[in-house]
Amino acid sequence: MLAQQLLNGLLLGATYALFALGFTLMFGVLRVVNLTYGFYFTAGAFIALWLTQFGLSLWLALPAAAIASGGIAVAVDWLLLTRLRRAKADELTSLMVTLGAVLALYAAMTAWLGPDIRRLPPGVIAGGALEAFGLRVSTAQLLILLACVLLAGGLLWLMRATRLGLAIRAMAERPDTAALMGIATGQLAALVSFISGALAGAGGVLIGLNFNAIHPYMGESMMLRGFVVIVVGGLGDIFGALAAGLLLGVVEVLTAGYLASGLKEAVAFALLVAVLWTRPSGLFGVAQGRKA
Amino acid sequence: MSTLAVCGLTVAYGRTEAVRGVDFSIADGQIVCLIGANGAGKTTVLRTLSGQLRPRAGRIVLDGADIAGLAAHRIVARGMVQVPEGRQVFAALTVADNLELGAWLCRDSAERARRREAALARFPRLRERLRQPAGSLSGGEQQMLAIGRALMAAPRLLLLDEPSMGLAPLVVEEIFAILASLRRDGITILLIEQNASAALEIADTAYVIETGRIALSGPATEVARNPAVVAAYLGG
Ligand SMILES: Nc1ncnc2c1ncn2[C@@H]1O[C@H](COP(=O)(O)OP(=O)(O)OP(=O)(O)O)[C@@H](O)[C@H]1O
Ligand SMILES: [Mg+2]
Repeated sequence: MLAQQLLNGLLLGATYALFALGFTLMFGVLRVVNLTYGFYFTAGAFIALWLTQFGLSLWLALPAAAIASGGIAVAVDWLLLTRLRRAKADELTSLMVTLGAVLALYAAMTAWLGPDIRRLPPGVIAGGALEAFGLRVSTAQLLILLACVLLAGGLLWLMRATRLGLAIRAMAERPDTAALMGIATGQLAALVSFISGALAGAGGVLIGLNFNAIHPYMGESMMLRGFVVIVVGGLGDIFGALAAGLLLGVVEVLTAGYLASGLKEAVAFALLVAVLWTRPSGLFGVAQGRKA
Repeated sequence: MSTLAVCGLTVAYGRTEAVRGVDFSIADGQIVCLIGANGAGKTTVLRTLSGQLRPRAGRIVLDGADIAGLAAHRIVARGMVQVPEGRQVFAALTVADNLELGAWLCRDSAERARRREAALARFPRLRERLRQPAGSLSGGEQQMLAIGRALMAAPRLLLLDEPSMGLAPLVVEEIFAILASLRRDGITILLIEQNASAALEIADTAYVIETGRIALSGPATEVARNPAVVAAYLGG
């Protein structure tokens, strides 16, 4: 029973980690707290929902929804933040602009689609389950695991093992100096937006799948978790976000399983406060410097 | 032949003009120095040449083409590369990664390796520290890294903003000897300095900038004898 709970918690946490990776990338590299990030999560879930309703398999709907969410992220970033970046506006300004924008987006979406919870078509998440060592893993959970490992691994590979990743890390530290290296920082920023948005969108599909519940405001409650994960993991730290995401998933599932399901959010935020109380730069943070 | 010609350059931050109608030119293979006091507008000129600031007026002609207002990364591609004020190394990245970034526009990995060898031959001290984060280097080593990083772009024209800033006299000598060797290897140099005596010693041509205007110019040896320069910049 405990092993099964841990497994479920890790799978949920892997999705949180995936979502938080994109958020921490956006924050660490582009240096904006972009609150529209949660909207890409909602967008990804809805796009996958529509695609599967048209009969597309989830294995194809997931990448398609991720790519579309990435495209939306690039467009929103360009519309909202290009001007602010050029004017070198402070972080509070971008925070307020994106807060306004995301509330407008959620409200517009609710007005258009209604607030009801939608379910994926029954065929999509049916299918068998794997049983081994007394543990049960559904096909949906298998897809979640595979997607998280591939996407997180891909991001780590990009950031740590490629020249492009090196340029992104350079831009995160000193955007002006990066341009002096010949790096087209505007294009690179758009690429980072795309990757972030795609990770959020993929996260939306996977959480929609995990709980089989899709609604316009799902991105909002996820954003709160995104904050917990990136703050606990250390702002801008990819490995920290991975670890903190997994931790949060396990804590939530165990709280729901052994205490009460209504308490899981309380526990998540108590965790945030407790970590920051004892380690102001995050669970794994060494200094206050930005990493990406 | 002049590599770079700047004509009527005016740059403003908001309403205040920091650089007003500046003219100068740099001949191929020369070291030209631009000296001036704090706040005279030296860095502003350099950042505008590199495309980090947009000029309000004026022309910047590099190899016959007006590049004023071009994006910074496109100017690097044209062979004019800046070593910025305060070194600006990527502190969290290793020395090797900093060098690699300097050659960002070079797609050929064999060519990048060749350039890296050349840079390390010029700055042997960096070789022992390749795996170290750049932030852990001393000030002098960071300046060497900043120059080495710029050399990785294989520049024809190198712009340096106060490379002697905050360094011990011996290190300054070392850096200036490197600049002289770069000129011998055919790299044209624009050197910005507050350390006027060292700069005038090495330069062919000198310009003196005061509150955003060129106050004086000429062959470096003549500028160094100018009584006003001696009084204001050479502690005479
Ligand atoms: N970002 C900025 N915003 C507003 N004013 C600026 C800015 N940067 C520089 N200035 C002003 O422009 C003028 C020229 O500054 P600049 O940095 O070009 O001088 P400098 O000659 O490089 O000085 P230093 O030797 O101290 O580096 C100064 O009066 C400075 O206050
Ligand atoms: Mg300066």
